[in-house]
Amino acid sequence: MTYVSHADLGGQLGHGRVVPEPESVRFHAPWESRTLAVTLATGGTGLWNIDMTRAARETLPNYTALTYYEIWFAGLVKLVIEHGLAAADEIAAGRKLRPAREVPRVLHADNVPAVLARGAPTERSVGFPARFSIGERVRTRSEAAPHHTRLPGYLRGKVGIIERVHGPHVFADTNAQGLGERPQWLYNVVFDEREVWEGDAPAQRFKVSIDAWEPYLTPA
Amino acid sequence: MSGHDHDDGHSELGEMDLRVRALETVLTEKGYIDPAALGVLIDTYETRIGPRNGARVVARAWVDPDFRDWLLRDATAAIASLGYSGRQGEHIVAVANSPTRHNMVVCTLCSCYPWPVLGLPPTWYKSAPYRSRAVRDPRGVLADFGVTLPDSTEIRVWDSTAEVRYLVLPERPAGTEDLNLTELAELVTRDSMIGTGLPRAPERPA
Repeated sequence: MTYVSHADLGGQLGHGRVVPEPESVRFHAPWESRTLAVTLATGGTGLWNIDMTRAARETLPNYTALTYYEIWFAGLVKLVIEHGLAAADEIAAGRKLRPAREVPRVLHADNVPAVLARGAPTERSVGFPARFSIGERVRTRSEAAPHHTRLPGYLRGKVGIIERVHGPHVFADTNAQGLGERPQWLYNVVFDEREVWEGDAPAQRFKVSIDAWEPYLTPA
Repeated sequence: MSGHDHDDGHSELGEMDLRVRALETVLTEKGYIDPAALGVLIDTYETRIGPRNGARVVARAWVDPDFRDWLLRDATAAIASLGYSGRQGEHIVAVANSPTRHNMVVCTLCSCYPWPVLGLPPTWYKSAPYRSRAVRDPRGVLADFGVTLPDSTEIRVWDSTAEVRYLVLPERPAGTEDLNLTELAELVTRDSMIGTGLPRAPERPA
């Protein structure tokens, strides 16, 4: 089974210039804020995690044709159906046609401030030491992953330097697949523009870094 | 996302209104969501959590060297001490600009952004032009924002690929020695904390 993310945009050409936006703008239509709220509230059932949410969105076949909150909405509909919360006919009809399933919890209004303030930290303890230390040279995995991953395509098979050791964090790749958190050491790895683009971009004195989990890296 | 213009699409906006309302109704009828929670969530991100939070963090770091050190060493804790924490800011790293180094934050894979200090990301931050070009042509992106940096300034782009969120600590503008915390925070723009802008210069005293 092939896995295709349509969200891996780093380095793509042809998307045009960036259009700045005033700081006071929050939403562009009422349905956008409703979509944000319904997404957060439904996520509050605890049926899926943030990595599953990202996987649901990035695999939408029409991802690049949708606006941001259209992506959120389509991703949520996908998760709602996949997890048996509601069926497509109920969502189309806008009413309940079958009994509800059980959910682990419901996010009630009086709980919202506490839940947002707590967030969902991803740092964990593990019983094994970090393989790499600051200053070490590492090479990123060169193959595409057949599942959700957080190693961007433009940095596959590139050599960089470990700059920070963030600690062990929930591993997005397994967490997105429902295979568990399986925490791995997370590093900030920095790459020189010449390594990344090999002269195929305007030279301009810059470096780029990513946060990479240990399984993405080998010694270089 | 790009090439999708809503300016003349009132019928489309109406359609999204209806679709979102239909989904919300089903989820409410089935007891999965509390309609009152939706209002609280919207109010939170419309009025309470936004870039003025981050501006207060930056202003504090400008006037208080101990706080600045703490912010650069453990931003999550330093920021929490001012009352900002939680969702999409569970692990924050602050990175300081200097005359030789300019930091810029992007999420090429989605839209990761430090919500507790900056609120929800602006449209451009989530859109293809920024996400594609920030890691390939950062000086070109800065030009789109009207920012030109000296060639001698190295640019560091932070692609937020995990759950660590980055906050840029811009340099304090010259001529601000007499300003108080509130006045300093007013100079701190959202874009200066993403790295696509610089703080405002102080108005000259009359």
